Amino acid sequence: MTEQQTTAQQQDILTQAAAWRSAGRRVALATVVSTWGSSPRPVGSQLVVDGDGNMIGSVSGGCIENAVIHEASGAMKDGKTRLLEFGVTDEMAWEVGLACGGTVQVFVEPLD
Amino acid sequence: MQQIVLDKLLEIRNARHAVAVVTHMQTGQQCLIANAEFTLRTGDDRKLWPENTVLIKAVGKAIRDDKSTRYPDANGDFFIAVYNPPKRMIIVGAVHIAQKLVPMAALAEFDVTIVDPRLAFATPDRFPNIVLTNDWPDVAMTKFAPDTRTAIITLTHDPKLDDPALAIALKGPAFYIGSLGSRRTHAARLERLQDMGFSDIECARIHGPIGLALGAKSPAEIAISIMAQVTQVLHAPAQPRSKN
Repeated sequence: MTEQQTTAQQQDILTQAAAWRSAGRRVALATVVSTWGSSPRPVGSQLVVDGDGNMIGSVSGGCIENAVIHEASGAMKDGKTRLLEFGVTDEMAWEVGLACGGTVQVFVEPLD
Repeated sequence: MQQIVLDKLLEIRNARHAVAVVTHMQTGQQCLIANAEFTLRTGDDRKLWPENTVLIKAVGKAIRDDKSTRYPDANGDFFIAVYNPPKRMIIVGAVHIAQKLVPMAALAEFDVTIVDPRLAFATPDRFPNIVLTNDWPDVAMTKFAPDTRTAIITLTHDPKLDDPALAIALKGPAFYIGSLGSRRTHAARLERLQDMGFSDIECARIHGPIGLALGAKSPAEIAISIMAQVTQVLHAPAQPRSKN
């Protein structure tokens, strides 16, 4: 079972992104665009990251967030979008509460 | 995402309208589609995008299904991100069918509000953990401001209570309007609404007698037939409706 990201939560994430941007912070947005097999978060789940690595929302149960934050930081610097792919191994899947692994694609875009 | 896209997205969402962001993933160019129209498009290369009608249709389906989705096309690899307002249900009549319908609607992720000015019916004892209002239905409905993700259900079969609610419902964009009552009751209801100035086409938006024909007898079964019909209409392609 994947936990649904409710519309209210989505709203908060985007509002936070806009607030951070207005405060002059660099911001990037990561979105789950595809999943295969079981994945911790459904397509459309979002994560907002600022230049200091602060984040709100999620694109996985925690297993790929670090890598996504790293890429988000790169996107903020070069202003380019990225399409990332991660395999969630069976071992990692177990830790985030899934029976088996899968693959997720995450689109990362700077807010400019 | 450009700031202008995010600002417009939040503006549309805060007004409780459904909206989708379509991203051309190779370039990061984006457009916003709301109410089956392009609201905003970044980049000036129109060749980047699928034909307008094709894209609008795909977005319409994603919004109805409430599902963000990948959309591969000859023009590229797109992602449609859906931002829908939460589903809401307003039930007029804190009657026994409502007691069965409320938990079912909550399970289907509707925010439920019950309206009944009769103090003996709309009590927290009968409806724990649900928003109750004793306002007159037209006042309650106006405050509630139904949107395209709202289902309106009248269960009193008392014209004094149902009719004012339906009169407000028909002036708004609710995706579902249903009214409890037999065929004869419903026919009389439609006549009264027509006397109030509503056209046949407007009145045809009301599902009556309410619910799918399951042969439902008990309050719980009737609630199932209502919930089934609400679900069916939610996912059915939008019917052309007069704009008021």
